[in-house]
Amino acid sequence: MSAPMNYLDGNAAAGELGRIFAMDITSAEGQCTNCGSKSRFAEAHLYVQCPGLVARCALCGHILLRLVNTQQHIFLDLRGMTYLTLNTTQEQEASS
Amino acid sequence: MTWRSATVIGLRDETATARTIALTVRDWPSHIAGQHIDVRLTAPDGYSAVRSYSLASAPNSDERIEITVERLANGEVSPYLTKELLVGDDLELRGPIGGWFVWRRDQTEPIQLVAGGSGIVPLMAMIRSHASVGSTAPFRFLYSVREPGAVFYRDELRALSAQGHSLIVTYAYTRVAPKDSPRPPGRIDATLIATGTWPSNLGPTSYVCGPTSFVEHTTDLLIASGHDRERIKTERFGATGERK
Repeated sequence: MSAPMNYLDGNAAAGELGRIFAMDITSAEGQCTNCGSKSRFAEAHLYVQCPGLVARCALCGHILLRLVNTQQHIFLDLRGMTYLTLNTTQEQEASS
Repeated sequence: MTWRSATVIGLRDETATARTIALTVRDWPSHIAGQHIDVRLTAPDGYSAVRSYSLASAPNSDERIEITVERLANGEVSPYLTKELLVGDDLELRGPIGGWFVWRRDQTEPIQLVAGGSGIVPLMAMIRSHASVGSTAPFRFLYSVREPGAVFYRDELRALSAQGHSLIVTYAYTRVAPKDSPRPPGRIDATLIATGTWPSNLGPTSYVCGPTSFVEHTTDLLIASGHDRERIKTERFGATGERK
Protein backbone atom coordinates (compact mmCIF):
# COMPACT_ATOMS: atom_id res chain seq x y z
CA MET A 1 0.00 0.00 0.00
CA SER A 2 1.34 3.40 -0.82
CA ALA A 3 0.19 5.93 1.74
CA PRO A 4 1.32 9.52 2.02
CA MET A 5 4.18 10.14 4.45
CA ASN A 6 2.14 11.79 7.15
CA TYR A 7 2.32 9.08 9.74
CA LEU A 8 4.16 8.67 13.01
CA ASP A 9 5.32 5.53 14.79
CA GLY A 10 3.16 3.43 17.05
CA ASN A 11 5.32 4.89 19.86
CA ALA A 12 3.29 8.06 19.67
CA ALA A 13 0.15 6.25 20.82
CA ALA A 14 1.81 5.16 24.07
CA GLY A 15 0.25 7.96 26.11
CA GLU A 16 -3.31 7.26 25.01
CA LEU A 17 -2.86 3.48 25.32
CA GLY A 18 -1.30 4.03 28.74
CA ARG A 19 -4.66 5.33 29.91
CA ILE A 20 -6.17 1.95 29.17
CA PHE A 21 -3.50 -0.68 29.72
CA ALA A 22 -1.31 -1.22 32.78
CA MET A 23 1.62 -2.43 30.67
CA ASP A 24 3.32 -0.68 27.76
CA ILE A 25 1.55 -1.99 24.67
CA THR A 26 3.86 -0.18 22.24
CA SER A 27 6.79 -2.50 23.00
CA ALA A 28 4.56 -5.59 22.69
CA GLU A 29 4.78 -7.77 19.60
CA GLY A 30 1.59 -8.14 17.62
CA GLN A 31 0.58 -10.13 14.57
CA CYS A 32 -1.26 -8.51 11.69
CA THR A 33 -4.49 -10.35 10.85
CA ASN A 34 -4.04 -9.53 7.17
CA CYS A 35 -0.44 -10.36 6.23
CA GLY A 36 0.57 -12.37 9.29
CA SER A 37 3.73 -10.36 9.93
CA LYS A 38 4.83 -9.95 13.52
CA SER A 39 6.26 -6.67 14.73
CA ARG A 40 6.38 -4.37 17.71
CA PHE A 41 3.38 -2.13 17.96
CA ALA A 42 5.86 0.79 18.19
CA GLU A 43 6.83 0.05 14.57
CA ALA A 44 3.31 0.36 13.20
CA HIS A 45 2.44 3.47 11.21
CA LEU A 46 0.28 5.80 13.24
CA TYR A 47 -2.09 8.27 11.64
CA VAL A 48 -3.25 11.12 13.83
CA GLN A 49 -4.91 13.49 11.32
CA CYS A 50 -8.32 12.07 12.09
CA PRO A 51 -10.84 12.16 14.95
CA GLY A 52 -8.72 9.61 16.81
CA LEU A 53 -5.71 7.39 16.22
CA VAL A 54 -5.35 4.80 13.49
CA ALA A 55 -2.44 2.35 13.50
CA ARG A 56 -1.64 0.46 10.32
CA CYS A 57 0.68 -2.49 9.70
CA ALA A 58 4.04 -1.12 8.48
CA LEU A 59 4.25 -3.94 5.95
CA CYS A 60 0.80 -4.23 4.36
CA GLY A 61 -1.06 -1.13 5.55
CA HIS A 62 -3.90 -3.09 7.14
CA ILE A 63 -5.61 -1.34 10.07
CA LEU A 64 -4.34 -2.77 13.36
CA LEU A 65 -6.01 -0.47 15.84
CA ARG A 66 -8.42 2.42 16.03
CA LEU A 67 -8.85 4.56 19.10
CA VAL A 68 -11.35 7.38 19.43
CA ASN A 69 -11.94 9.60 22.46
CA THR A 70 -15.12 11.47 23.16
CA GLN A 71 -16.06 13.38 26.29
CA GLN A 72 -17.66 10.32 27.87
CA HIS A 73 -16.16 7.30 26.14
CA ILE A 74 -13.09 5.71 24.64
CA PHE A 75 -13.73 3.50 21.61
CA LEU A 76 -11.01 0.93 21.04
CA ASP A 77 -11.00 -1.34 18.00
CA LEU A 78 -8.22 -3.95 18.01
CA ARG A 79 -9.48 -6.08 15.15
CA GLY A 80 -6.28 -5.95 13.15
CA MET A 81 -4.11 -7.94 15.53
CA THR A 82 -4.57 -11.63 16.17
CA TYR A 83 -2.60 -11.40 19.40
CA LEU A 84 -0.09 -9.35 21.40
CA THR A 85 2.95 -10.72 23.22
CA LEU A 86 4.03 -8.65 26.20
CA ASN A 87 7.50 -8.82 27.74
CA THR A 88 7.25 -8.90 31.50
CA THR A 89 11.02 -8.77 32.16
CA GLN A 90 11.58 -5.14 31.16
CA GLU A 91 9.32 -3.07 33.32
CA GLN A 92 10.26 0.48 34.17
CA GLU A 93 13.78 0.64 35.62
CA ALA A 94 14.41 2.20 38.96
CA SER A 95 16.42 5.38 38.71
CA SER A 96 19.92 5.72 40.05
CA MET B 1 -1.60 6.82 33.70
CA THR B 2 -2.78 10.04 35.24
CA TRP B 3 -2.09 13.71 34.60
CA ARG B 4 0.41 15.33 36.94
CA SER B 5 1.11 18.91 37.75
CA ALA B 6 4.63 20.16 37.00
CA THR B 7 6.24 23.50 37.74
CA VAL B 8 8.59 25.34 35.42
CA ILE B 9 11.93 25.89 37.18
CA GLY B 10 14.10 27.02 34.28
CA LEU B 11 14.03 28.19 30.66
CA ARG B 12 16.99 28.17 28.27
CA ASP B 13 17.07 29.06 24.59
CA GLU B 14 18.88 26.45 22.48
CA THR B 15 18.42 28.24 19.13
CA ALA B 16 16.37 31.17 17.81
CA THR B 17 13.31 28.87 17.68
CA ALA B 18 13.90 26.20 20.32
CA ARG B 19 13.71 26.45 24.08
CA THR B 20 14.54 24.00 26.84
CA ILE B 21 12.00 23.89 29.67
CA ALA B 22 13.13 22.47 33.01
CA LEU B 23 10.33 21.18 35.22
CA THR B 24 9.97 19.73 38.63
CA VAL B 25 7.33 17.01 38.95
CA ARG B 26 6.26 15.76 42.36
CA ASP B 27 6.59 11.96 42.75
CA TRP B 28 8.15 11.65 39.28
CA PRO B 29 9.12 7.96 39.03
CA SER B 30 12.17 8.78 36.86
CA HIS B 31 12.32 7.60 33.27
CA ILE B 32 14.38 5.71 30.71
CA ALA B 33 16.35 7.68 28.10
CA GLY B 34 14.23 7.96 24.94
CA GLN B 35 10.85 8.13 26.65
CA HIS B 36 8.47 11.02 26.16
CA ILE B 37 5.75 12.89 28.01
CA ASP B 38 2.41 14.25 26.89
CA VAL B 39 1.75 17.89 27.75
CA ARG B 40 -1.85 19.13 28.02
CA LEU B 41 -2.85 22.77 27.72
CA THR B 42 -6.41 23.68 28.59
CA ALA B 43 -8.09 26.93 27.59
CA PRO B 44 -10.59 28.70 29.89
CA ASP B 45 -13.46 27.38 27.72
CA GLY B 46 -12.37 23.80 28.35
CA TYR B 47 -10.77 23.20 24.96
CA SER B 48 -7.58 21.25 25.44
CA ALA B 49 -4.66 20.29 23.24
CA VAL B 50 -2.18 17.50 23.94
CA ARG B 51 1.29 17.21 22.42
CA SER B 52 4.07 14.68 22.94
CA TYR B 53 7.58 15.86 23.77
CA SER B 54 10.64 13.70 24.23
CA LEU B 55 12.49 14.00 27.50
CA ALA B 56 15.92 15.56 26.97
CA SER B 57 17.31 15.01 30.45
CA ALA B 58 19.07 11.92 31.76
CA PRO B 59 17.14 9.73 34.18
CA ASN B 60 17.62 11.04 37.73
CA SER B 61 16.04 10.78 41.12
CA ASP B 62 15.61 14.53 41.61
CA GLU B 63 12.02 14.73 40.26
CA ARG B 64 13.44 17.07 37.63
CA ILE B 65 12.97 16.73 33.89
CA GLU B 66 13.76 18.77 30.80
CA ILE B 67 12.13 18.94 27.38
CA THR B 68 13.29 21.00 24.40
CA VAL B 69 10.50 22.41 22.25
CA GLU B 70 10.91 23.64 18.69
CA ARG B 71 8.52 26.43 17.80
CA LEU B 72 6.34 25.54 14.81
CA ALA B 73 5.13 28.51 12.76
CA ASN B 74 1.50 27.42 12.78
CA GLY B 75 1.68 25.51 16.02
CA GLU B 76 -1.10 25.51 18.55
CA VAL B 77 0.99 24.57 21.59
CA SER B 78 4.67 25.20 20.79
CA PRO B 79 4.42 29.03 20.47
CA TYR B 80 2.99 29.18 23.98
CA LEU B 81 5.65 26.85 25.41
CA THR B 82 8.54 28.66 23.74
CA LYS B 83 7.43 32.28 24.09
CA GLU B 84 4.89 32.79 26.85
CA LEU B 85 5.63 30.21 29.52
CA LEU B 86 7.43 31.65 32.56
CA VAL B 87 9.41 30.24 35.45
CA GLY B 88 6.94 29.39 38.21
CA ASP B 89 4.10 28.48 35.81
CA ASP B 90 2.41 25.09 36.13
CA LEU B 91 1.97 22.59 33.31
CA GLU B 92 -0.10 19.42 33.13
CA LEU B 93 1.72 16.35 31.90
CA ARG B 94 1.63 12.56 31.94
CA GLY B 95 4.45 10.10 31.62
CA PRO B 96 7.03 8.73 31.34
CA ILE B 97 5.68 7.10 28.19
CA GLY B 98 6.92 4.42 25.80
CA GLY B 99 9.11 1.38 26.27
CA TRP B 100 10.44 0.78 22.74
CA PHE B 101 12.53 3.75 21.61
CA VAL B 102 14.72 3.63 24.71
CA TRP B 103 18.36 3.10 25.60
CA ARG B 104 18.84 1.18 28.83
CA ARG B 105 21.96 1.55 30.90
CA ASP B 106 22.70 -2.18 30.78
CA GLN B 107 23.06 -2.15 26.96
CA THR B 108 26.73 -2.67 26.12
CA GLU B 109 26.64 -2.97 22.31
CA PRO B 110 27.76 -0.10 20.02
CA ILE B 111 25.06 2.50 19.60
CA GLN B 112 24.43 4.54 16.46
CA LEU B 113 22.29 7.62 16.91
CA VAL B 114 20.95 9.56 13.92
CA ALA B 115 18.94 12.77 14.32
CA GLY B 116 17.27 15.12 11.89
CA GLY B 117 16.78 18.59 13.40
CA SER B 118 14.94 18.55 16.71
CA GLY B 119 14.94 14.74 16.51
CA ILE B 120 18.07 15.10 18.62
CA VAL B 121 16.05 15.48 21.83
CA PRO B 122 15.44 11.83 22.84
CA LEU B 123 18.93 10.94 21.58
CA MET B 124 20.39 13.63 23.84
CA ALA B 125 18.70 11.93 26.79
CA MET B 126 20.54 8.74 25.76
CA ILE B 127 23.86 10.60 25.42
CA ARG B 128 23.38 12.23 28.82
CA SER B 129 22.32 8.95 30.41
CA HIS B 130 25.36 7.24 28.89
CA ALA B 131 27.66 9.91 30.32
CA SER B 132 25.97 10.08 33.72
CA VAL B 133 26.35 6.37 34.43
CA GLY B 134 29.87 6.18 32.92
CA SER B 135 28.75 3.58 30.36
CA THR B 136 31.52 2.27 28.11
CA ALA B 137 29.14 1.33 25.28
CA PRO B 138 30.61 3.09 22.23
CA PHE B 139 28.24 5.82 21.04
CA ARG B 140 28.29 7.49 17.62
CA PHE B 141 25.97 10.29 16.70
CA LEU B 142 25.21 11.52 13.18
CA TYR B 143 23.38 14.83 13.47
CA SER B 144 21.69 16.26 10.40
CA VAL B 145 20.89 19.92 10.85
CA ARG B 146 19.97 22.78 8.52
CA GLU B 147 22.73 25.20 9.51
CA PRO B 148 25.18 25.84 12.35
CA GLY B 149 22.72 28.13 14.15
CA ALA B 150 20.15 25.34 14.37
CA VAL B 151 22.39 23.00 16.41
CA PHE B 152 20.98 22.10 19.85
CA TYR B 153 23.28 21.48 22.85
CA ARG B 154 26.42 22.39 20.89
CA ASP B 155 28.76 23.11 23.81
CA GLU B 156 27.63 20.10 25.78
CA LEU B 157 28.11 17.79 22.79
CA ARG B 158 31.58 19.19 22.24
CA ALA B 159 32.49 18.71 25.91
CA LEU B 160 31.12 15.17 26.08
CA SER B 161 32.86 14.06 22.90
CA ALA B 162 36.16 15.57 24.12
CA GLN B 163 36.02 13.97 27.55
CA GLY B 164 36.52 10.38 26.48
CA HIS B 165 32.94 9.40 27.26
CA SER B 166 33.11 7.18 24.17
CA LEU B 167 31.04 9.53 22.03
CA ILE B 168 31.83 10.52 18.45
CA VAL B 169 29.70 13.26 16.85
CA THR B 170 29.47 13.87 13.08
CA TYR B 171 27.52 16.84 11.76
CA ALA B 172 25.69 16.76 8.44
CA TYR B 173 24.65 20.28 7.45
CA THR B 174 21.87 20.30 4.89
CA ARG B 175 21.66 24.00 3.84
CA VAL B 176 24.61 25.97 5.20
CA ALA B 177 27.84 24.40 6.43
CA PRO B 178 30.54 26.14 8.47
CA LYS B 179 33.78 26.99 6.65
CA ASP B 180 35.74 24.16 8.28
CA SER B 181 33.14 21.53 7.44
CA PRO B 182 34.73 18.63 5.52
CA ARG B 183 31.59 18.23 3.41
CA PRO B 184 29.43 20.61 1.36
CA PRO B 185 25.82 21.05 2.55
CA GLY B 186 23.47 18.23 1.60
CA ARG B 187 21.27 15.44 2.86
CA ILE B 188 22.72 12.36 4.49
CA ASP B 189 23.90 10.03 1.72
CA ALA B 190 25.52 6.61 1.40
CA THR B 191 29.02 8.10 1.68
CA LEU B 192 28.19 9.79 4.95
CA ILE B 193 26.61 6.61 6.29
CA ALA B 194 29.84 4.78 5.38
CA THR B 195 32.13 7.33 7.07
CA GLY B 196 29.96 8.70 9.85
CA THR B 197 28.31 5.61 11.35
CA TRP B 198 29.40 2.30 12.89
CA PRO B 199 29.94 -0.42 10.29
CA SER B 200 27.15 -2.97 10.35
CA ASN B 201 29.52 -5.83 11.23
CA LEU B 202 29.93 -4.38 14.72
CA GLY B 203 26.27 -5.19 15.31
CA PRO B 204 25.19 -1.76 16.50
CA THR B 205 21.72 -0.86 17.63
CA SER B 206 20.59 2.29 15.81
CA TYR B 207 18.13 4.93 16.93
CA VAL B 208 16.82 7.26 14.22
CA CYS B 209 14.64 10.24 15.10
CA GLY B 210 13.36 13.07 12.94
CA PRO B 211 10.61 14.04 10.53
CA THR B 212 8.99 11.08 8.76
CA SER B 213 10.72 11.61 5.40
CA PHE B 214 14.12 11.91 7.14
CA VAL B 215 13.55 8.70 9.07
CA GLU B 216 12.51 6.80 5.92
CA HIS B 217 15.50 8.08 3.94
CA THR B 218 18.06 7.37 6.66
CA THR B 219 16.66 3.95 7.56
CA ASP B 220 16.79 2.91 3.89
CA LEU B 221 20.46 4.00 3.70
CA LEU B 222 21.35 2.10 6.87
CA ILE B 223 19.68 -1.06 5.57
CA ALA B 224 21.39 -0.66 2.17
CA SER B 225 24.75 -0.48 3.95
CA GLY B 226 24.11 -3.81 5.64
CA HIS B 227 22.39 -2.85 8.89
CA ASP B 228 19.85 -5.29 10.25
CA ARG B 229 16.37 -3.76 10.11
CA GLU B 230 15.58 -5.46 13.40
CA ARG B 231 18.27 -3.41 15.13
CA ILE B 232 17.08 -0.03 13.87
CA LYS B 233 14.59 1.74 16.11
CA THR B 234 12.79 4.78 14.77
CA GLU B 235 10.79 7.66 16.08
CA ARG B 236 9.05 9.90 13.60
CA PHE B 237 7.61 13.14 14.74
CA GLY B 238 4.86 15.49 13.74
CA ALA B 239 1.86 16.92 15.48
CA THR B 240 0.02 14.30 17.48
CA GLY B 241 -3.45 15.62 16.97
CA GLU B 242 -5.42 14.64 19.99
CA ARG B 243 -8.30 17.06 20.22
CA LYS B 244 -11.04 17.08 22.75
